[in-house]
Amino acid sequence: MPDMTDSQSLVDAVPTTAAGPVDPSQQREKARSLWSDAWHDLSRKPLFYISALVIVFLVVIAIWPSLIASGDPLACDLSKSQMGPTSGHPFGFDTQGCDVYTRVVYGARASVSVGMFSTLGVTVLGSLLGGLAGYFGGWWDAILSRISDIFFGIPILLGGVVFLSVIKGGSVTTVSLFMILLGWPQIARIARGAVITAKQQDYVQAARALGAGHTRLMLRHIAPNALAPVIVVATIALGTYISLEATLSYLGVGLKPPAVSWGIDISAASEQINNAPHMLLWPAGALSVTVLAFILLGDAVRDALDPKLR
Amino acid sequence: MTVIDETAGALAPAAPAAPLLDVRDLHVEFRTRDGVAKAVNGVNYSVNAGETLAVLGESGSGKSVTAQAIMGILDMPPGRITSGEILFHGKDMLTMSGEERRKIRGRKIAMIFQDALSALNPVLSVGYQLGEMFRVHQGMSRKQAKLKAIELMDRVRIPAAKERVNDYPHQFSGGMRQRIMIAMALALEPDLIIADEPTTALDVTVQAQVMDLLAELQREFTMGLILITHDLGVVADVADKIAVMYAGRIVETAPVHEIYRRPAHPYTKGLLQSIPRLDRKGQELYAIKGLPPNLTRIPSGCAFNPRCPMAQDVCRTDVPVLHQVGPGRGSACHFWKETLGD
Amino acid sequence: MGRYVIRRLLQMVPVFIGTTFLIFVMVYALGDPVAAMFGDRAPDPATAAQIRHDLYLDHPLPLQYLHYMGQIFTGNFGKAATGQPVTELMGTAFPVTLRLTIVAFAIEAIAGIGLGLLAGLRRGRFADSGVLAFTLLVVAIPTFVTGYLLQYFVGVKWGLANPAVADGAPFSDLILPGVVLAGVSLAYVARLTRTSVAENSRADYLRTAVAKGLPRRRVVTVHLLRNSLIPVVTFLGTDIGGLMAGAVVTERIFNIHGVGYQLYQGILRQNPPTVVGFVTILVLIFLAANLLVDLLYAVLDPRIRYA
Repeated sequence: MPDMTDSQSLVDAVPTTAAGPVDPSQQREKARSLWSDAWHDLSRKPLFYISALVIVFLVVIAIWPSLIASGDPLACDLSKSQMGPTSGHPFGFDTQGCDVYTRVVYGARASVSVGMFSTLGVTVLGSLLGGLAGYFGGWWDAILSRISDIFFGIPILLGGVVFLSVIKGGSVTTVSLFMILLGWPQIARIARGAVITAKQQDYVQAARALGAGHTRLMLRHIAPNALAPVIVVATIALGTYISLEATLSYLGVGLKPPAVSWGIDISAASEQINNAPHMLLWPAGALSVTVLAFILLGDAVRDALDPKLR
Repeated sequence: MTVIDETAGALAPAAPAAPLLDVRDLHVEFRTRDGVAKAVNGVNYSVNAGETLAVLGESGSGKSVTAQAIMGILDMPPGRITSGEILFHGKDMLTMSGEERRKIRGRKIAMIFQDALSALNPVLSVGYQLGEMFRVHQGMSRKQAKLKAIELMDRVRIPAAKERVNDYPHQFSGGMRQRIMIAMALALEPDLIIADEPTTALDVTVQAQVMDLLAELQREFTMGLILITHDLGVVADVADKIAVMYAGRIVETAPVHEIYRRPAHPYTKGLLQSIPRLDRKGQELYAIKGLPPNLTRIPSGCAFNPRCPMAQDVCRTDVPVLHQVGPGRGSACHFWKETLGD
Repeated sequence: MGRYVIRRLLQMVPVFIGTTFLIFVMVYALGDPVAAMFGDRAPDPATAAQIRHDLYLDHPLPLQYLHYMGQIFTGNFGKAATGQPVTELMGTAFPVTLRLTIVAFAIEAIAGIGLGLLAGLRRGRFADSGVLAFTLLVVAIPTFVTGYLLQYFVGVKWGLANPAVADGAPFSDLILPGVVLAGVSLAYVARLTRTSVAENSRADYLRTAVAKGLPRRRVVTVHLLRNSLIPVVTFLGTDIGGLMAGAVVTERIFNIHGVGYQLYQGILRQNPPTVVGFVTILVLIFLAANLLVDLLYAVLDPRIRYA
């Protein structure tokens, strides 16, 4: 069949697998749930495996950095300042004469911890507050919406600079706490919307009509369906938090030396970019790969969980 | 206009009595994640000017896909026209260039969709969407086009057309929206209109009004009309002939009244028996057993055989051809005589 | 429409109060502005008390806030660490950042929508994958890294642009910093446009537009793009605030003396009037942009206008 008109290819630009006549018997034959369908989708995506592998590797390195780096990230020798790669030191040395390779490996811990703690806190707090607001509605919902409006009024980077410079924190805990403080409304909004949608589904109304209690309704019927969008946003947010931590550390308000963090090292290296680009390259590369892995994972999960995109 | 056409037709040796639209052996497939779905498997039908063809079938029978192929709005990919011809005024549209094809759409062949609310652009006023036909195809100015839009709205009897021309689709009722769809299809007085379930989304009381309007306008402009529906009740009054589709094939064709009296295919028979009727009040309603076939795995032989009360061994092995069973009548059933007989 | 505008304006008041109060609390209650003035030296208690009294810090926090807001509305933002009035700093800083933001915004909108449209129309094909990969990379590499890399290569090594932007520099000098500032947002705009275009290109009304025999260009611009841009416009509007905040990083890289630079100085020198003053203005701009978006939204989508 020759291509017919160009405006057709417009309508057809999207792979709509279900565009053909869908046969009802087909759906009955294979009762697919959202999750098994999503898994089926994911298991065929190489990007999913690659990003998952990178993340597992990062987590392992964050817990046991000595597995692949024998040195001490704080053992520095000023006489080796800004030296290029030598044997046993494949990435060379930074301005302080510290081994760049060891610092890059140890830097994973800060990034991964901040990312994980922040995401965990934001997800728990956000989905709890947003979910309850969506489920019960009324004044609780109204107040929560206004409060999250207020938090949305502060760009997160701006808030971070102000807040962290004032409390003079600089530890993984304070940075994570700040991110939870300013990040929860994002998840809360998603969770609220998802719960409201799920609540209006016929089967939830039916369960309610059959006398299911609040707890049962929420846990058995609404939560599993509202979970998908929250998971997707949280995965992608994890990458953003890691990036944000690095940016805050770069600005001098996040983690502070002697903490080992990619953001700190990039900040230090950025002033020497003309003399020793390798100092910037390695921590920046590690940071980018980490953020990319989480974003890719979130993307793959979203595509798998969103039936509209199939 | 018609006079000139007739002389031209008489002089041209190639097409003495060519029908307005002639679909020949059309095959359409869809690639899905479960395999290739054969949506249309060799459909033949034709429509003459001023004639109404009703295409009847369940969802998934291929009736809408055929219409989309004629219109040139099939989703490709995943859809693919594997073979066949669609002759319009004797010329195969499948071999035309995209631009030639586009000029036919809307001007010569127009389509009315099932759900006017989603088929109309929600963010443009109905006046704009109607006027667009004149602006694009006839190069009218915005102002002229708006006047024509009001005229059209009057024509399909939308009250206070002048005041409502700047309203948006969501501000109209379902019936009024479908009238706007009809107006849009009629705008350039096309030769052929394809109406895909035009009344399905409407309230029963409004259905008849919209159907009557459509039939009336068709007579007025002597257009060809392809009426796609799954509702046997709708077609009786307006159609001239009927084509019944099942699993991407035409299983029966007949002039409209014949088919109601004496169906020649067990599937048509089943459809007719499953209509609730007042004179059979109290009796159990007939239902065709089983489900429509999975288009990725159409049964061998006659696609209807697993559900057919008359199925024999031959039905499971041989695909029945469309037998000539009377003047202008065809049935794709090995046992059409028996079906007609009892 | 008029009622809609008034309602949105009224809804904005509590958000403005809440946001500014939050910032105020962060700076004045969590920190110690007086101690900060003296740096590492311990201040003389009498002097400290006097300063506290002068700065209205010896009152309860809500009163301090009211006092501060009262001052702001009469145009008194206090003094910066250098002794200059904060308003003076604003007068020089805001035009600089505004110019940078305009450049970045234009890049973000034009390139973002263009790339998104391209990807959305060619879904699943090479152009689409290319745009997707590009946006992923841009989002994944932190702004300050791309900033230094671009500055190093484009500015220093290839000499295609000025690596630093002097005060009063022409718009062309702002292109490189603008690209850096716009980067991540540009990627989001592209992805959002792509999703929206892809979703709308499957809509029934688009099929109608094709069935009407409209030329492809018209189908895309009048029917597809207009509908698809509604969510994109929302993002663009809310992002204006994000861009101005993001200038903290970009201005540091390119040594631009705008809002980000002043804010950063205020934080380094722990000068509350500078920080709270600048942030308050930024929040105001952010809220104004949001209001504008809401109005634009109503213009673009009649279903909201008549709701």
